Amino acid sequence: MLTPVLIAQILLTLFVFFMLLNSAAIMVYVERKVAAFIQQRLGPYLVGPKGMLQPLADVVKLMFKEELRPKAADAFLFALAPIISATCAFAAFAVVPFGAETTFFGLLNEPIKLQVADVNVAVLIIFAIASMGVYGIVLAGWSSNSKYSLLGGLRSSAQMISYELSYGMALASVLLLGNSLSLTDIVNHQAGAWLHVIPKWFVFLQPVGFLIFMTAGIAETNRAPFDFPEAEQELVAGYHTEYSSMSFAMFFLAEYINMVTVSAVATDLFLGGWHGPLLPESLGWIWFLLKVAALLFFYVWMRWTLPRYRYDQLMAFGWKLLLPLSVVNLLVTAAGVLYFGA
Amino acid sequence: MPSLNDYLVLSAVLFAIGTAGVFVRRNLITILLSIEIMLNAVNLSFVAFGRALGSADGQIIVFFVMTVAAAEAAVGLAIVISLFRHKESLNPDTFTELKW
Amino acid sequence: MGLFYLFAAVAVLASLLVIAQRNPIYSVLLLIASFGALSGLYVMLEAPFVAVIQIIVYAGAIMVLFLFVVMLLNAPHEDTDYDERVHPLMRPGPMRFGGVLAIALALELVWALTKRAESGRFAGGAVSSVAAIGRLLFTQYAFAFEVTSVLIIAAMVGAVVLARREDWR
Repeated sequence: MLTPVLIAQILLTLFVFFMLLNSAAIMVYVERKVAAFIQQRLGPYLVGPKGMLQPLADVVKLMFKEELRPKAADAFLFALAPIISATCAFAAFAVVPFGAETTFFGLLNEPIKLQVADVNVAVLIIFAIASMGVYGIVLAGWSSNSKYSLLGGLRSSAQMISYELSYGMALASVLLLGNSLSLTDIVNHQAGAWLHVIPKWFVFLQPVGFLIFMTAGIAETNRAPFDFPEAEQELVAGYHTEYSSMSFAMFFLAEYINMVTVSAVATDLFLGGWHGPLLPESLGWIWFLLKVAALLFFYVWMRWTLPRYRYDQLMAFGWKLLLPLSVVNLLVTAAGVLYFGA
Repeated sequence: MPSLNDYLVLSAVLFAIGTAGVFVRRNLITILLSIEIMLNAVNLSFVAFGRALGSADGQIIVFFVMTVAAAEAAVGLAIVISLFRHKESLNPDTFTELKW
Repeated sequence: MGLFYLFAAVAVLASLLVIAQRNPIYSVLLLIASFGALSGLYVMLEAPFVAVIQIIVYAGAIMVLFLFVVMLLNAPHEDTDYDERVHPLMRPGPMRFGGVLAIALALELVWALTKRAESGRFAGGAVSSVAAIGRLLFTQYAFAFEVTSVLIIAAMVGAVVLARREDWR
């Protein structure tokens, strides 16, 4: 039963998991360095060459901290909340393809897809798992039995479910163009180029959709400028006030991996996935990494450039501006598809 | 492979559990949750029958049932909030007077 | 078959615990677990669209609404004139009668539904593609679809009005 293809798929799954963990560590370092350069200072430079071992030091510090739990907190829910957050963050990446079918340079008889699970409703599954991620936050806020945590948790989850609507509408606009719910099919739609110069990426057909998707993605992952619920100046770190050590690390991890997932999904939907000039198809994952890295840099750049939205401004923006805009985008896309017949 | 009967028996058991919840529990929120259990049991029957008959109608009806359940949950919870504000209790037995 | 029994057991057990729990928050979380099991059953019935919609709408939206209400109300546990320490399902009187009625309902339903022995495998193909569902939804059931949107708006307006504070002005 252990065919080489099966072994390759198991190894691929483990590899994806391992790389997601690594990406969180790299993001910690990148965020601090980019923040430092934006703020005209140096950032971490002591630990390791150019401070590159800083995430390692952070992890070791977090592991050695004491694991606190408030006495009146609900023990089971308090322990469950970071697990839900982290699990949903990892699970959403399971349906994201990051490369073309490959035989690993001829080692396998038949090609396997560079994707943990190729489901034909992949787009909906990402949306579903993002919906489940809300529970980690709301349970964290509730079970900490503290006013700051409860307020932060409720606000954060209200924000997430509000921006899920615009997220879904932007997704729906891409579905109109891509004619399929499977991410692999959508990416393959974007192969090739017009006039041999402009790639056939959906971002050129749907610029507004891309902006809506990225904005909603930033709000979904609770990053600045939409990070009021966990802002230090306002709510004493919001829903993860009472968490320390590894539980806090799990929330941290979940946030960074959500960022990576949103960037990866945006790359697949709008930026053509692993298609790019110059490189052969089997090395397409390099292009994928470059595009995801660009989007992650955009995320970090946004955080340290823009001021924070106040909570009511944030909700008004989501409901009164972004949602109607995404509906109009969907209608215009539908009209365009009907008219041009593409 | 499970047959149609298996799914229908499961649906019946879930429906009965939901009904028991509505009869027995004296907490408005739990009663609403039991109603959701009943709706889900019915959804399961629809999908099972749709599969057995080879048509997509079962799934479409489930789509509508879910939408109606969402609307009903929203309005039901709004009523619960409004009742709670009046009498500070979630026990249906305290709401015995027609006068507000 | 084993997978069916697993999902069925999780669904039934979670539902039983939902109606047996005193704490409403645990009830909501157990119901989410039950919905997850049902979603697995829908996948086994080759209805992936309904399975994912179940997670998105039921487990991801409706249950979040329930959770918000439970947290905001900070709901007290049930208090009535019977002994608080006795579990709700073991209390005498109308409750036990209600439990008996529910068991009778279960038996009747099981008998009625399995009268015609459909114990074979599912015959024929399944319609599982989202495109087919979409096509049906927008042609044959288009009117119901539009009416549903009106229903949702009515429910939204109703919920906002009902939950509004009286001293709003």
